[in-house]
Amino acid sequence: MAELTYREALNRALDEEMARDSKVFLMGEEVGEYDGAYKVSKGLLGKYGAERVRDTPISELGFTGLGVGAALAGLRPVVEWMTHNFALLALDQVVNNAAKMRQMSGGQLKVPIVFRGPNGPAEYLAAQHSQALASYWAHVPGLKVVAPATPADAYGLMKSAIRDDNPVVVLESEMMYAWKGEVPDEEFLVPIGKARLAREGKDLSIITFSKPIKAAMEAAELLHAKGVEAEVVDLRSLRPLDEESLYASVRKTGRCIVVDESWPVASVGSHVAWLVSNNCFDLLDAPVELVSGEDVPMPYNHSLELAAQPSAAKILAAARRVLYREDI
Amino acid sequence: MAKTVKNKKTTLGTKEVLFPLLETMQLIRTFEEKSGQMYGLRKIGGFCHLYTGQEAVAVGAISVLDLSKDYVLTAYRDHGHALACGMEPGPLMAELFGKLTGSSRGKGGSMHFFSAEKHMLGGNGIVGAQIPIAAGVALTQSYEKTGGATLCFFGDGAFHQGALHESFNLAKIWKLPIVYIVENNQWGMGTSWKKVSAQADFAATAAAYSMKGLVCDGMDVLNVREVITEAVEEARKGNPVFVEARTYRYKGHSMSDPQKYRSRDEVDEYRRRDPIVFLKSRMEESGLIKEEEWEAIVQKVEALVDEAVRFAETSPEPSLGELYTDILA
Repeated sequence: MAELTYREALNRALDEEMARDSKVFLMGEEVGEYDGAYKVSKGLLGKYGAERVRDTPISELGFTGLGVGAALAGLRPVVEWMTHNFALLALDQVVNNAAKMRQMSGGQLKVPIVFRGPNGPAEYLAAQHSQALASYWAHVPGLKVVAPATPADAYGLMKSAIRDDNPVVVLESEMMYAWKGEVPDEEFLVPIGKARLAREGKDLSIITFSKPIKAAMEAAELLHAKGVEAEVVDLRSLRPLDEESLYASVRKTGRCIVVDESWPVASVGSHVAWLVSNNCFDLLDAPVELVSGEDVPMPYNHSLELAAQPSAAKILAAARRVLYREDI
Repeated sequence: MAKTVKNKKTTLGTKEVLFPLLETMQLIRTFEEKSGQMYGLRKIGGFCHLYTGQEAVAVGAISVLDLSKDYVLTAYRDHGHALACGMEPGPLMAELFGKLTGSSRGKGGSMHFFSAEKHMLGGNGIVGAQIPIAAGVALTQSYEKTGGATLCFFGDGAFHQGALHESFNLAKIWKLPIVYIVENNQWGMGTSWKKVSAQADFAATAAAYSMKGLVCDGMDVLNVREVITEAVEEARKGNPVFVEARTYRYKGHSMSDPQKYRSRDEVDEYRRRDPIVFLKSRMEESGLIKEEEWEAIVQKVEALVDEAVRFAETSPEPSLGELYTDILA
């Protein structure tokens, strides 16, 4: 078992999959000579050559569509978006084409492609570079969407995404690339569509995904110090959603806080909160709480940008409400 | 610099070449007229864009290909390209009717004809969106060294999409085996291309991407063949080519178009240059077709299209259980 960073885990997954299958290739801005804007593709150009590690012009719409076509014709492209903010330029190719080709062709075609890159706010990057856009992808039938929050999941889900015969969007994060964690030395896959129990508890459920897992775990530790045992469920896969695991947790605890760094309107978090409210209504001892990003474009100033995001303090405030306790 | 190949240069060729061209154009014409009738009878719903008038472009260009390794992509005015790729009229008409036996099992409709087997990859409904996809198909051909080339058709309206310019650049830097064909039918819905294009010579823009630009007469199937033959040969060498086919659509943009933006005289002028009449009369002048041979073609394709309608009419509707099928692989 080695301790790897999230970045190294992604790199290992890409490397192994490219070694395993010659149809797998990587393309995007700066993925080759520069080793990737966030160094996820470090060393791959030297190992696999320019045919399989392709530096693109800054043409998100063009190279994303090109990936869709390459997948339709039989390759297995991995398209790196430098960030999901820039992927908005390519939205048409993902939503109208990658997600629809199979259905519009009556099941004749398949689109085995991975779209990946960092999503969500980092630090000091202001409004256009600090958006959590998970719901843009999770909204669309015909796509799969994963959001690994640990190096092991980054490795195992990336490998599953590359082997999947459907378009898979992978949500990474600039802030998570340096996170460390144990990754088994032997090869393994993490199945798409299965949540991860990040922490066991009996008193309340905190359901989250991606970078806010950190705030959720901190909040759980603070609650533990107060004698409250929070269960933390990491969704990992946003489409398909592992609904049963969520309900199993809430059946046990009777209280639920959903944490999502996206804006609150029509988000993955608001959808999950609705699902839990609807399906666990008789088991809930309090209304479901949603801790989201604030409903504003991200400001540059650091204290303002921190205030705009979910935090352990905000999760604790929500815990007081679902527990009807002011003393924690 | 753009190059125009004049009609008079085209040689007529043999009966073995000419008869299939004439027959496929007449099949498309007949299929489209029947589609229009069926739309009027409300057997077909939604958007239905007919290819009437433009037959020579798809037929001439696709006749050059080897569809065991080459691919075709087009926009939503796709009935002609599908037939030219050899898709059967029955499943296509059934698709227009929304039936389970349709080429896309009733899920695509008029704008989304696909055949994995015939290498016809749509049938794409967003203007210009097939342009980068086609480059990706060509990338696969290059990556896998199949020797194949991709033909990507789009209308004059798509010329101004950013996707086109991004794709031309990518096609050139990666030496993709692709031929882009703008079917300039002169009207992007109801907007004249002259009103919205800064460039009066589409093919000249190829030079901006160091690509070869060619022009062909889209009303002359032989000229289309000649120019696309040259273009595909170039493409197979890794040199992407951009071709403007000057053509005209006789019908409205879609079935719901009252066509107030153009005059009847303009339509009539092009009808006098009808691609089917033009080829047939040239063949007659050279003694390559007799009237009874032409009649036989007309009757053959009418029977095919009538049978396609019968097949569509008698085919089953999809069950409601089909709603959740064919979404994920």
